[in-house]
Amino acid sequence: MSAPTRVPAGAPEHLTGPGSGGVGDDAERPDGVLKVRGEFAYGSDLWMADMLWGATLRSPHPYARIRSVDTSAALATPGVRAVLTADDVPGEKVYGLELADQPVLALDVVRYQGEPVALVAADHPETARLAATRIRVDYEVWEPVTDARTALGHRTGNQVHDSAPEVTELSRENAHLHPQGNLVRHLKIRKGDPAPAADVVVVGEYEVGMQDQAFLGPESGLAVPAEDGGVELHVATQWLHVDQRQICSALGLPPGQVRLTLAGVGGAFGGREDLSMHVHACLLALRTGRPVKMSYNREESFFGHVHRHPATMRYEHGATRDGQLVYVKAEIYFDGGAYASSTPAVVGNGGTMGIGPYVVPSVHVDCYGAYTNNPPCGAMRGFGSVQTAFGYESQMDALAAELGMDPVELRCRNAMEQGSTTPTGQVVDSPAPVAELLRRLAAMPLPTRDDGGEVDLRDMPGGVSNTTHGEGVRRGVGYAVAYKNVGFSEGYDDYSTARVRLEVVGGEPTATVHTAAAEVGQGLVTVEQQIARTELGVERVVVHPKDTTVGSAGSTSASRQTYVTGGAVKAACEAVREQVLARAQRLVGRTVPDLRLAGGAVVSDSEDITVPLADLLGDDVLEETLEWRHRPTEAIDPETGQGFAHVQYAFSAHRAVVDVDTELGLVKVVEMACTQDVGKAINPQAVIGQIQGGTAQGLGLAVMEEILIKDGTVRNPSFTDYLIPTILDMPPMRIEVLEYADPHAPYGLRGVGEAPNISSGPAVLAAIRAATGLPLARVPVRPEHLTGT
Amino acid sequence: MDFLRPTTWAEALEARAAFPGAVAIAGGTDVMVGINFGRLRPASLLDLTRVAGLQEWGTEDGAVRLGAGVSYARVIGELGDRLPGLAMAARTIGSPQIRNRGTVAGNLATASPAGDAHPALLAADAEVEVASVRGTRRMPVRDFYTGVKRTALAPDELIAAVSVVPPSGPQQFSKIGTRNAMVVSVAAFGLALHPDRRAVGTGIGSAAPTPRRAPAAEEFLAGELTSAGLWESRAELPEATAARFGELVAAAAAPIDDVRGTARYRVHALSVIARRALTWAWADYRNDPAKEI
Repeated sequence: MSAPTRVPAGAPEHLTGPGSGGVGDDAERPDGVLKVRGEFAYGSDLWMADMLWGATLRSPHPYARIRSVDTSAALATPGVRAVLTADDVPGEKVYGLELADQPVLALDVVRYQGEPVALVAADHPETARLAATRIRVDYEVWEPVTDARTALGHRTGNQVHDSAPEVTELSRENAHLHPQGNLVRHLKIRKGDPAPAADVVVVGEYEVGMQDQAFLGPESGLAVPAEDGGVELHVATQWLHVDQRQICSALGLPPGQVRLTLAGVGGAFGGREDLSMHVHACLLALRTGRPVKMSYNREESFFGHVHRHPATMRYEHGATRDGQLVYVKAEIYFDGGAYASSTPAVVGNGGTMGIGPYVVPSVHVDCYGAYTNNPPCGAMRGFGSVQTAFGYESQMDALAAELGMDPVELRCRNAMEQGSTTPTGQVVDSPAPVAELLRRLAAMPLPTRDDGGEVDLRDMPGGVSNTTHGEGVRRGVGYAVAYKNVGFSEGYDDYSTARVRLEVVGGEPTATVHTAAAEVGQGLVTVEQQIARTELGVERVVVHPKDTTVGSAGSTSASRQTYVTGGAVKAACEAVREQVLARAQRLVGRTVPDLRLAGGAVVSDSEDITVPLADLLGDDVLEETLEWRHRPTEAIDPETGQGFAHVQYAFSAHRAVVDVDTELGLVKVVEMACTQDVGKAINPQAVIGQIQGGTAQGLGLAVMEEILIKDGTVRNPSFTDYLIPTILDMPPMRIEVLEYADPHAPYGLRGVGEAPNISSGPAVLAAIRAATGLPLARVPVRPEHLTGT
Repeated sequence: MDFLRPTTWAEALEARAAFPGAVAIAGGTDVMVGINFGRLRPASLLDLTRVAGLQEWGTEDGAVRLGAGVSYARVIGELGDRLPGLAMAARTIGSPQIRNRGTVAGNLATASPAGDAHPALLAADAEVEVASVRGTRRMPVRDFYTGVKRTALAPDELIAAVSVVPPSGPQQFSKIGTRNAMVVSVAAFGLALHPDRRAVGTGIGSAAPTPRRAPAAEEFLAGELTSAGLWESRAELPEATAARFGELVAAAAAPIDDVRGTARYRVHALSVIARRALTWAWADYRNDPAKEI
């Protein structure tokens, strides 16, 4: 693997360098050694001496009315301490991230397979699970609605159109899953010529299957009843405060009585934005007066969190003969499943960024999110942009083929750049090096083939399963580029809170950073330390446990925490620094303009001043808590989609090289190359990790990862049949990290985590098309698609 | 749940007879998954890992006798030359951790149509040695599989060993999965050329209710090789012969559609991997003229 290259391109120079543990350094993770040694305590390791175990009874049906629930046999099981149903929910009985539409426990209707119906607490997990099976639920089974277009009453297979889709009435009485109907959101973009014409027109339909986050640490938490009648919840999650809000609502308790602490999180990728066992464990703990642990097994985990929205898309691209885009029309359907979760925001992203990082004079997008009886879908890394990238990048390749142009050249010719206007009418006001990302990729050497030597099966499609020694293997190369908003958009008040304390501990100046920002494996705790080291000039930085005794940090999602919580920590450090420097001025007795903090002391470069913090602070503790916001965005116009919707964009591009066994339809990705602009790499090693991980997740969706649903029922809820890439599926990478500072962001940084997850899969798909010549329109690509079987 | 831990084979057989509801466990790579997911709740577990001698292999009457507790990792590491087909199959199983624990006998006892060892055992004409307090009997592996995850084992019997005669000719194993490692097979094929008796052995996995042979393909190929004098001449194999062999292997399958693949794909893939396996085996045979038949 070639060493990742960083391209210094205008990144701020004043920051501390390698080895400092500060901003820009490959600082060591505080949790790294524990994790590598297997000693890190995850949510599933939580334990208290007198705790009970909770279990959940879930609906086997995707759509049914509950006639009755009989808990008597479960309650009579020795060792059982409580059995709860919806009747036992004291507060609001429905919750949700954006819309409160999801029952804490099923009310009269279940709308997806796996919907929680009842809870059991018992002395032993086996007892709890056994008792759950003894709960008798009488269901009137209904026919599920399992297709988004059908759910909306839209005629299927219709052309991209200017008017509203033809609506047909759903015949059945229960065809509306929710009182307001099956439409969660319809986003419209109307920009430019409403009836554009072009020399060359390419139309394509595409489909993306349902991907799972496949985090390794299952949903887990421990609820402990408190003496004040409240509850303490230790839980693996992505946003403590939005959990707290929903738990309070369901329990009918004020925030002061519902206190959350982050447990060790074994990956998230969006799958922990929604509640899972949170309220359930609290209900059981409050009922029994005992600590209650809930930890899903792998199969239950597949039913315990939302997935990535499956999508069907229809695109029409018009261009001039020389390859200038004239217009794009798109119709995008996201299947949101049974409850809203993040569907409105996913539709927001899918719609506003649904044509890719290109300059297009006329844009006409209809993006829908629908309720169906499929599993609920919500947040997953890339959030609405992953799906559309398969569509628009497939279109760019199709258009290039139609024009006889090089696909990279066509993309560069239409690439967004600083100063360009997006489909929402927003002027891109920071670097947007789309064309450079592509040209750098194209300039990288291609991997060579080993010809004539001994066949190493690990390099072949099929791996050591010994399916080819080269027979039928053809190579293909594909490119894709993507962009993604960073942070919460469309007018959301997106902020984070940081509390920073500076004091002398054991003679050493020590900073403590306290935020509620969830560390989910990405390394935010490291970034928090690095920022404090740089801003306060101290080496020792303690990261306080993440909990709700400090204000909200917002969600660990949308590639936003380094930007927003990083910004808050930076601002809080600056406020502490001002206090320190003011003290130093007072001590020195006059104004020294260039006083700064470095090496645990206040120093001046112009004068020979060194005041150790240990002397300056003594026993005093300096502390600042503040909220920090990125510049506001605004809601988009409901009829035209125009508005300043997004605060920042992240850009990445991939080149995929694949070998396809064209006879067997097996794929070996030979190399992935990625270029990404990160503005400023706060921790370069962590940036590389995000790019590698995001690439693997995108590759997985392209060639293997899919939750298979039949009639609303999940067919593969296990890692036996929900496949994620292994080391033999994920190839070595070439990575170039660009650092074009965004003048609006702290340190000039850009969010990193999602963009590489978006451009990776479409590049793999393009490479498979190039290898096979097949017009593949669906991911994941299966051997059947490649062999016509 | 009782946990029975015999230390001798006689104790194990007695326990098996005394606790008919017991599930035998060696590597646990199938049993523990069933237990962890609540699909298996046996009255008792019969742990065979402490039974003296069960982890040994040796030679007996010219055959390699694999004790029921021998792991896949040891098949790969210690028997790659003597049991090449089985070792190739073992390499495709799970992860290193699974191969360190899982056993060939466990694969037989579970008798999943997707078990990776089966095609190799079928092609090599392996024998299964089963025992009970009533005595010991041996059967060809092709008679061992009686239905989907059902075997010829009587309720009081345990698998003692698997016997495989080291080959007189080349062997191949090929498995289709939708991932390049750690994957349950979509279709698998085992091939053994037996020049000493002018015979061909085959085994098909994941493409019928049980692992099965492809008798018509075996007869066709053995006939072609014999009638054209190819066993002796080691001349090039006609492409049409390899292709026809592949078709006949595919025709022996009776697959279903499931989450891992369609029946059509399985049939197609079998025809391809059977043809390729034959061309590789034949190339090995041609390149090894020193080995007398």
